[in-house]
Amino acid sequence: MRFMMVVIPKGYETAAPDAAPDAAAVAKMMEYNKSIQKAGVLLGVDGLFPPSTGARVAYTNGKATVTDGPFAEAKEAIGGYWIIQVRSREEAIEWAKRAPMANNEVIEVRQIYEMGDFPADVQKAAEGFVELKDAVAGKA
Amino acid sequence: MSEIHKTIEAVWKIESTRLIAGIARVTRDIGIAEELAQDALIAALERWPEEGIPDKPAAWLMTAAKRRAIDSLRRGRMLEQKHGEIARELEFQQQRLGEAMDRALDLVIDDDVLRLIFTACHPVLAVEGRIALTLRLIGGLTTSEIARASLVPEKTMGQRIFRAKRTLSEAHVPFELPRGEELRSRLESVLSVVYLIFNEGYTATSGDEWMREELCNDALRLGRILAGLLPGEAEVYGLLALMELQASRTAARKGQNGKAVLLPEQDRSLWDYVQIQRGMAALHQAQKLGGGAGNYALQAAIVGCHARASTAADTDWERIVLLYDALLQIRPSPIVGLNRAVAVGMAEGPEAGLAALDALGSGLTGYHLVHSVRGDLLVKLGRFTEAREEIELAMAMTENRRERDLLSEKLKQISNNQLEA
Repeated sequence: MRFMMVVIPKGYETAAPDAAPDAAAVAKMMEYNKSIQKAGVLLGVDGLFPPSTGARVAYTNGKATVTDGPFAEAKEAIGGYWIIQVRSREEAIEWAKRAPMANNEVIEVRQIYEMGDFPADVQKAAEGFVELKDAVAGKA
Repeated sequence: MSEIHKTIEAVWKIESTRLIAGIARVTRDIGIAEELAQDALIAALERWPEEGIPDKPAAWLMTAAKRRAIDSLRRGRMLEQKHGEIARELEFQQQRLGEAMDRALDLVIDDDVLRLIFTACHPVLAVEGRIALTLRLIGGLTTSEIARASLVPEKTMGQRIFRAKRTLSEAHVPFELPRGEELRSRLESVLSVVYLIFNEGYTATSGDEWMREELCNDALRLGRILAGLLPGEAEVYGLLALMELQASRTAARKGQNGKAVLLPEQDRSLWDYVQIQRGMAALHQAQKLGGGAGNYALQAAIVGCHARASTAADTDWERIVLLYDALLQIRPSPIVGLNRAVAVGMAEGPEAGLAALDALGSGLTGYHLVHSVRGDLLVKLGRFTEAREEIELAMAMTENRRERDLLSEKLKQISNNQLEA
């Protein structure tokens, strides 16, 4: 089973565009990253720039509206994520509990869909989607 | 199972390897180390449901294991020869053991884990014992999980693990890291155990299922652990690359109702391209470390050629033939020769493929795939009657139901081709 551990750092929703993480915190995080890598569970890890450098594309009646960050109405923001492969939901939670997070920070643990998790009709539809994508790319 | 038990199981899966490795540094016997760690787990199962999960579960387990070690020293289980010595000496022993355990468990080093891996895969053990111990001690699987994965009764698996631990103890296998040349040959044994686990999951030799993915994922986890512990060993990355690249096809290999789908017929849009990237990165690492011509790296490079091709027809067969030539240099084997003949057939045409097959000699007599491959090549040459004979021979030789299904479909296609011709 694959899980995404989503990091929600306190105050990241209003962080300045050039906000850089604290070196000591990064060092601790690297140590943690190494530990999950050595345990053989780490598949991927990334950190995200603050939302003030991002944009939101919102859809209403098929029309897309773009808003530049920061987003006044947001109460929290994603700071980064890990993708891990483990045997159970409980194991994913245990790994999350070992992360060196600061006060009031949150990690949200979410399972990643595998093709087999979808009902048959959704799998069928997804197949069609992939073929379509290939046709657009000139592969088929 | 209750929530708390699931959590304890997860903690065990995460912590057990380092716990056992740390204790074994003191006891020098992985059987005793595992027993002490198990005792700590039992203590956790008794107390955590009432007291809640401790903030630092690893430290809690280690302390519990230490207490058990001192207790068992008192009972003389670990050092029977101390029997009869005066009480003060025993007290001194206990204190020293306690301190040694504290030191070992405070800082379980990567070398302890490596020692554990090398011991579990020690050549003194039968291969199935190595597999069971590796899954149990480094994979963190329970006996019943290993039994289910290996399709044997739990009792049989329990005995197998017990016997393996006893063999290690009786042979006085030291809890040490092999060095120099010995490291290389022992590492080969470790890698082959991991690859056997992967293969049992990837092409299950028994049971009704064509693949057992959990087992593949366990092997991948072991491969990643090894890469983390031995970052300078090219073949570790070669094996990791090979497993990642093969596993990337999982979704495409399973047809409806569990039917096997072979490479040429696979829907390549179902391949996991992120996993292919991981495999390619591991292969580059193996090559960067100067191990591009290693056994696993070469196999990975061959799978990589397929992974790069967007259709079966786009495959770089010339390169695959060259890679098989290199593989034959270091691992001459009739099976590799057979695979090479298939590649030659694709690169240079069916006539050349048949010639390569004939050149193999009699090393593969009685092997069904030889006839199946010859049948395929004869079909391409339009020699349908001979092709039919070969496929029928192959069918008579295989005992795998899924493979027989595949062959009988080939026979049907030959009949259709003959009608059209």
